Amino acid sequence: MTELRKGEEQRSSETVEAGGTAEHLDQRGHAHHLAPHEEVDQVTTAVPSDPMAFVGGSGEGDLALVYESGVELKARSQWSYAARRFARHKLAMGGAIGMFFIALVAIFADRVAPYPYDTLDFNALRVPPTTEGQHYFGTDLLGRDFFSRVVYGLRTSLWVALLITGLTTMIGVAIGATAGYFGGLIDNLLMRFTDLILTLPTLAVLLVASIYLGQGDPFRVALILAALFWTGIARIVRGTFLSLREKEFVEAAKASGAGDARIIIRHMLPNAVGPIIVSATLIVAAAILVEAALSFLGFGIQPPTPALGVLIDEGRNEGLKFWWMVTFPGLVIVFIALCINFIGDGLRDALDPTQRRVRD
Amino acid sequence: MTEPLLSIRDLTVEFGTEDGVVKAVTGVSYDVFPGETVGVVGESGSGKSVSVMSLLGLIPSPPGRVVAGQATFQGRDLLSMKKRELRDLRGGDVAMVFQDPMTSLNPVLTIGNQIVEAIRVHNPDVKEAEATKRVVDLLALVGVPNPDTRIDQYPHEFSGGMRQRAMIAMSIANQPKLLIADEPTTALDVTIQAQIIEVLKAAQRETHAATILITHDLGLVAELCDRVVVMYGGRVVEAGDVYTIFANPRHPYTVGLMDSLPKLIGEEEMLRPITGQPPSLISLPPGCAFHPRCFLSGGRMRCRTDVPPLRPIGDTEHLSACHFAEELQERHPERAATGGHGVIAP
Repeated sequence: MTELRKGEEQRSSETVEAGGTAEHLDQRGHAHHLAPHEEVDQVTTAVPSDPMAFVGGSGEGDLALVYESGVELKARSQWSYAARRFARHKLAMGGAIGMFFIALVAIFADRVAPYPYDTLDFNALRVPPTTEGQHYFGTDLLGRDFFSRVVYGLRTSLWVALLITGLTTMIGVAIGATAGYFGGLIDNLLMRFTDLILTLPTLAVLLVASIYLGQGDPFRVALILAALFWTGIARIVRGTFLSLREKEFVEAAKASGAGDARIIIRHMLPNAVGPIIVSATLIVAAAILVEAALSFLGFGIQPPTPALGVLIDEGRNEGLKFWWMVTFPGLVIVFIALCINFIGDGLRDALDPTQRRVRD
Repeated sequence: MTEPLLSIRDLTVEFGTEDGVVKAVTGVSYDVFPGETVGVVGESGSGKSVSVMSLLGLIPSPPGRVVAGQATFQGRDLLSMKKRELRDLRGGDVAMVFQDPMTSLNPVLTIGNQIVEAIRVHNPDVKEAEATKRVVDLLALVGVPNPDTRIDQYPHEFSGGMRQRAMIAMSIANQPKLLIADEPTTALDVTIQAQIIEVLKAAQRETHAATILITHDLGLVAELCDRVVVMYGGRVVEAGDVYTIFANPRHPYTVGLMDSLPKLIGEEEMLRPITGQPPSLISLPPGCAFHPRCFLSGGRMRCRTDVPPLRPIGDTEHLSACHFAEELQERHPERAATGGHGVIAP
């Protein structure tokens, strides 16, 4: 180590001298062209929209081009490319803004909601939507402000959905990565187990499990759902890992002495982040829907805790005359699911490494 | 005589495939001494990479397995090593430079990050900042300009030559005793190749590492190597120091390789390829694997029945695996220029 240090300085100058005239030219050329800022900016406009095409070239000459054209050398990671592609995707941006709004409402539920979700008001039973008394979504049969209940229900549903997504992603990634990386028998065992889970009739299992594991507690509901939902993500991660493990940089990592865990976590997982994020996003939407369905059937979150599915179930009992009790939570569910699916589509387009072009 | 750093004896590696057993490497022996550069030369599929990779546990297994032979590195038996020990060796005392710098760097990690990673795998107590400082020094050493900004760039922002420099920086990050360069210049264009050769030389001088240069580029061998091992069909067919091999090749395959090079002197003429195809490693020809393509054999029975052993020519260290090595004449420069086969007419 120390030996290396000592020689470095003289070595570096020596190497540059020895190594290639092309570079020398570059550097000299560079120094020459080091223009005042205005000029540099002008040149920048001539750069094609995909700077990767530039830098990805094969010769050292390309590098010089990058210097001269004044493209900043600061690393522009794949993430910033992805972010730009995402920003161009109008539906996805709309979805993202919608979800941002929804998230704000959920987080600040106690400020947004004009009433607590469980305050009864016997003077205002089954009031249809009105601005009077701030009952924007009307009240339910016990006179509880329905807008407040939807806001709080949104909070519960979203929290459960995120919990499900987190758990699902963890399980799915762990199983998928292990199967894909090691292959062979391990892969076979894990994937057959995945197939087994996939063959289970989801709803029936959910209903039975919720009875045995206890109902009502949002955390338990999340746990049950996650235990059934990880299969999709596991398959996707496995597929990605199967192709990644044949990559030369994985072999290079192996050759530099990295162990299995390090290769999986440090070298391969970052390369699989795209598909993982996309499927995780879509799981949020699916989780909200399934949680709502489960609660609607009375096996999910139990009243009086408001969740979107619970609210719809309550509304169903009231009949069509009190349409607002079904409509509003339903609309919220649709809105969320739609937003998330748009985001998912946008992310898929943005993170797909084979698609470099910015969408027009 | 000094102890060899790496000693390979009778190494045999096979791959089980659906079509049969591929004998990638058969009975290969050679030594690498401290500080020297050994070129392992041969065409695609001659087993040159596998002979080295298998020692480090880098061939996919299954289907690949070492079926026979010994290999020692600094006196330690490589083939009986535990996974853990082998892992410590890889990237530590034995480092590799891969062929294609475009694909052997991880696209989603910065260059600096990857080299820091390589350092910290082997030296967990080295702090991030300290490792980063070393990486900057290493990148400067291999001739990457502005190393302190380029350290934060991603591989796609590096050109091919720069990536290979970064790969070399990564390989010497832990002061290896043995550097294995697997066709380090094959994926680069010719001007960059020359630069990379200089960088490799600099890396060698810096680390005093012995080097195994796996290549099919005889020019590279002449430029860098002290000794040469020529492989064909999974076997070593000729070995000796670089001057002897180039001036006086004693195996018809080596002669063919030399003849197939474009010549810079003498009359213009067509390139003289070695006729025929490389042998299938599943069903190697009996006897000498080269005999169907050999200009020297002339259909002699012995070439078709007996596998020629690797034997010294005279009492030199020049080894050849040809029954009739003595029939090959000293290769005079003018003969090479006129494209003579260097054969004494029978």
